[in-house]
This record gives sequence, structure tokens and C-alpha cells, in this order.
Amino acid sequence: MASGTPIIEARNVTKVYTMGDQQVHALRGVDLQIAPGEFAAIMGPSGSGKSTLMNLIGALDQPTSGELLIEGQGLSTMRADDLADLRNQTLGFVFQQFNLLPRANALQNVKLPLRYARHETVDADARARECLELVGLGERMDHRPAQLSGGQQQRVAIARALAGRPRIILADEPTGALDTKTSADIMELLVKLNATGITIILVTHEAEVANFARRKIHFRDGLIESDERRAA
Amino acid sequence: MKFSVALASAVEALFANLLRSFLTMLGIIIGVASVMTMMAMGDGAKQRIDEQISALGASTLTLRPGSMRRGGRSLGAGAAKPFTESDIKVLSSLPYAHAVSGQLSTSVTAVSGQTNWSTSLTGTDDAYFEIHAWPAVEGRLFTPREVRTGAAVAVIGKSIVENLFDGTDPVGQRLRVNNVPVTVIGILEEKGQSSFGSDRDDVIFIPLTTARNRVIGAHRTTPKNVSRIEVMVADDYDLKQAQDELGEFMRERRGIKAGGNDDFMVFNIADFVRARSAAQETLGMFLTIMAGVALFVGGVGVMNIMLVSVTERTREIGLRMALGARGSDIMIQFLTEATVLCGVGGLIGIILGYAGSLIAAKAGDWTFSMSPQITLISLGASVIVGLFFGYFPARRAARLNPIDALRYE
Ligand SMILES: Nc1ncnc2c1ncn2[C@@H]1O[C@H](COP(=O)(O)OP(=O)(O)OP(=O)(O)O)[C@@H](O)[C@H]1O
Ligand SMILES: [Mg+2]
Repeated sequence: MASGTPIIEARNVTKVYTMGDQQVHALRGVDLQIAPGEFAAIMGPSGSGKSTLMNLIGALDQPTSGELLIEGQGLSTMRADDLADLRNQTLGFVFQQFNLLPRANALQNVKLPLRYARHETVDADARARECLELVGLGERMDHRPAQLSGGQQQRVAIARALAGRPRIILADEPTGALDTKTSADIMELLVKLNATGITIILVTHEAEVANFARRKIHFRDGLIESDERRAA
Repeated sequence: MKFSVALASAVEALFANLLRSFLTMLGIIIGVASVMTMMAMGDGAKQRIDEQISALGASTLTLRPGSMRRGGRSLGAGAAKPFTESDIKVLSSLPYAHAVSGQLSTSVTAVSGQTNWSTSLTGTDDAYFEIHAWPAVEGRLFTPREVRTGAAVAVIGKSIVENLFDGTDPVGQRLRVNNVPVTVIGILEEKGQSSFGSDRDDVIFIPLTTARNRVIGAHRTTPKNVSRIEVMVADDYDLKQAQDELGEFMRERRGIKAGGNDDFMVFNIADFVRARSAAQETLGMFLTIMAGVALFVGGVGVMNIMLVSVTERTREIGLRMALGARGSDIMIQFLTEATVLCGVGGLIGIILGYAGSLIAAKAGDWTFSMSPQITLISLGASVIVGLFFGYFPARRAARLNPIDALRYE
């Protein structure tokens, strides 16, 4: 267990989806602590609640019961605008399907979150270029998503997640749509980012991908089944 | 989010689906174009009425025997005591009377050679032509002496020349009006149709005394009668005040006690034209309201498309929220899109409205007028339509739950 306040904490979190008269217990009371600077991989069978937990951590959804804390602050007490600012300032999302705006080029896609930044005044253009260079796409800034490979698109998405200088990156199956070689490239990039101090939580089905992380959390039926750490 | 950024991305969204944007704008375009045209037509008509008023004599007061009913229609003119030539003389000495003219009118059959023609005859004096700013284009007008002595002379309008003289020069020729021979001494400048649709050139003028003594005949009890007096008010006098003073003066002169009913009327011709233009204004207002309805329908079209757009872009909205967009950011984005859509539609509509008004002014033969206010009102109206009808779709977008929006298929 890492010392100090966890950067992410889940306290007895449950999530029940109600569809008609049917109830799905996606999470059944999850307790989890992630320390600053950790690189954790969440694994487990389909439907075990991995994405559900990621959405709760990402302040995109609310738990049925329990509490989530980011940097010690409980999400349930925050107003919608504060949650938006939290997503903008503290969190960075990487999605399986990249979710880039098809009509915008790489640079414009990366600048998108900076449009919603309120507290700091940054040179959005310079920041976005910097992030694209960091992910190795300095030469492809004016390409549209359709003009980029899957791996390159995911790099753009990672650059976008980095644009707001987040302290946490949440990546739900970031390599799910990529081949093995490209997946390894993306993982190396994430390891590099983790080395700069960014906390990373990653969901994956692939063991090779999970091996890049120093902590592996296994889910089954909405509960944590195992939680193992590898020495650095 | 900066406004310029929102504007740029709204314009981009508009161009992303150009055909749809255009079709959506069509309602606004038509609405704005028709509002513009209607308002410009109203303005043009008003200008034309002003021109007519000044042509009729903007500063002329007319006196008639008879009483006034509400609404301005005369009743029983025959019963009242007529005015006389001595009234004219007395009125001429009033300080605000620049010129005073008396008239007697009747309809006559005019004959020249083998041709005859039914027309109206007015017996009057030389002041009449001054008051009506009506010069002779050929020959001359009456002299005061001819008016005094009752000379057998006539000044005729263009239509009489055409109908009775068939191209030959009428000046110096004989003409018989109800069998009274007169000599044509002048032809009046062409005036065209009056706003009431009558031919103002279909007239014969002879001296007042000649008309009374030889054509119409004097009044039973009042020998030197005139049926109408026109007073041209001096430039430095207020017309309304002169109207009141003239009314008071005549009441005294005709011995009407305070509170008694007037047996004569004083009016200025502008009042009549304005009463008529009020009807036109009502029609114009109705048409403008119709155009407003078109604009409203256009707005509903915009709302419809914006709702479709919000649904189509649900995932995009979810993504923006995941990246930190607040509800208000999403709201501003869609409101800006709706407003830009309507604003651009409005601009196109304004251009078409200009063209429409130009064409309408040509067809309707009035002066084209397009005030900057109309342009601004039209643009403002379309922007307001955008804000109003964009609000509901924008609010719907802003209230989406981030995760539901992001997962939307
Ligand atoms: N919006 C929803 N409405 C209803 N049920 C849902 C919803 N989202 C998830 N679920 C259910 O909750 C359970 C957990 O789903 P979740 O997406 O968290 O699984 P997962 O571990 O991410 O699976 P996978 O590996 O396939 O992505 C599943 O049974 C799923 O059907
Ligand atoms: Mg999942």
C-alpha cells in the first residue's frame, strides 16, 4: 500500500442499472485506493463492471451508493459545473473507439479540451503542438482522423487527454481496436507518461497489455477478485 | 469558452451540412425578405401619400357650407347659408391668409365644332392657380380684371384638349359650355390622376362671375355666392392654428353662438388623404404580420433541425462533456449555431428583400425607400428568432447526462 492520501478512492461503491423491471448489479460494493503515480490495469470478464467503475471515477456517472473521491474530494458533493472542471483539469480520457471529431484535424482535436479550460490562460495552439510532438505526431498535425492509422488516431486521443495537463489518465481498452504491435507502442507511450508522474488506470482484456502496468486488479461479477502489485 | 471560438465552430457546423443548412434557412430567408418588402412598401406608400398631400396643397384650408359629422362626412350642404364674395374679400385681409380663392362648380357639356364632351366646370379666380401651384403651359391664366368683369374666357386641362380639339391648337378657339360661348386663353400643366382615381386634367375653368351669371345661375337668396373657399395659409403660420382661428372667425361672422352647431366646415386636404392612407396602413400592417408569421414558421423549422442535430451529435456532446464542457458551454454552442443559421438566413433574406422592394417599387410606381431601421429590425428579428427557437434544442443538449450521451448509438 502506497503512503499518503490516495489520488483515487472508491468506498463501498455499488451501481445498479434498472431496465424496466430488471435490475443489473454492475458493481456490488467496490473498495479501491489508487496512490498518486500508480499505473493500474483492471482486468476481468466481459460484464464484470470494469467500464462502470471507470465511468464513476471519471465523474461521467453517479454511483447507486458509496462514495468516490478524487484527490480526497467526494464527487457526490460537487456541482455539475465543478465536475466538468474536474474532468477538464484533473482527468484525461482515452477511449477504445478514439472518439475524435471526424471533421477536425489532429491539432484541432487536441485543442478541444482547452476550449473549456477556465482557470488558466494557456496558448492552446502551442500546448496542443507540444502534446502531439510528445506522442510522436509532430508531422501529422493537419491530418484528419480518416487520414491517420488506428494507432495514430489513438495517439491523437492520448495527446488530447494530455492537453489539459491531467494528473490522472483513464483509459478504457485503449488498445482494444489495435493490433499487437501498435498496442505495444501505445503502452510504451503510457508507461512514458506514467514516468512523468501521471496516475494511469487502464482497462484491458489482454495480459500482454496488462503486463505494462505495475498493479493488476481483477474484477468478477461487480467485485474485486484479486489485486496484485509487481515490484518496480 | 470564448465567443469567437463558439462563432467559428458554429459557422463550421453550418458549412458541414451546407444543403441542409440552406433548406433550414429557407423559411427565415422568405420570412425576412417578405417582412422587409412589406415594410419598405409601407414606407414607400407613406412617402407617396406625403407627396400627394404636398401636391394637393399642404398648406391650404378649405371652407364649405354644411355641417360636419364624426368621421368627416358632410351632411346637408344645401341647407346651409352659402359663402359670398364678400367673405373672400374679408378673409383676404386676415394675417395668415396668403391667398384666398372662391369657387363654383358644376358639370357641363362642352362643345367644339361637331365634338361634345361631358366634363366639370369650375368658376374661379386667379388666386386658384396660385394656391394649386398650377401654371399654364400654353397661353395664359385669367387676369384679375377678367375675373371682375366676367369675361367669356376659359382655361382648360390637357384632357379637354385631347377630347375636344383633336390635336389642333385650342388657344384662341371658341368653346361652348352649356351653350355659353367662351374663348380658350390657356392650357394647364398636366396633373394626371388624383389619388382618388379621377382625371385631374378633365376640367374647364372660367371666371367665377362668368360661371355664376351665365352658366350656373346665382343662389336664390344670396346673389354673390360661392360654394367653396380655399385659403392658402402663409408659410410662417401653423396650419392647425390657422384652421382653428379661421373656424372661430367664420363662426363669429356667421353669428353662431358658443356651443351652437357650425353650419360650415373648415378642413385641410391632408386630413382626407391621411384618413384614406390609414386604410392602406391597416392592410400593410396585416401583410407585415403575415410576413412575421412566415418568420415564425421559419423559426419552427430551425428548431426542428436543431433538435435533429442535437440527436445526431449526441455522442459528440458526450465527448465534449467528458473533455470538460459545462452544460452552459454546450448551451452556448447550440444557441450560437441556431443564431448563426438564422442570422445568415436573415442576411440573405435582407438582400432578397432589397431586390423585392426594388421590383415592387418599380411595379407599383412609388419611390424605393429602404431605411436602415428596416434592415436592422429584420436582422435583429432573425437573430431573436434564432435565440428563441434555438433555446429549447440547446437546453436539451446541455441537459444530457455525459455517460448516456457518450454511449448513445
Ligand atoms: N447503461 C447501462 N444500462 C444497463 N445495464 C448496463 C449499462 N451499462 C452496463 N450495464 C451492465 O452492467 C454490467 C457491467 O457492465 P460494464 O460495461 O461495466 O462491463 P465491462 O466489465 O466493462 O465489460 P466489457 O469487458 O465487455 O467492456 C453488464 O452486465 C452490463 O450489461
Ligand atoms: Mg467495458
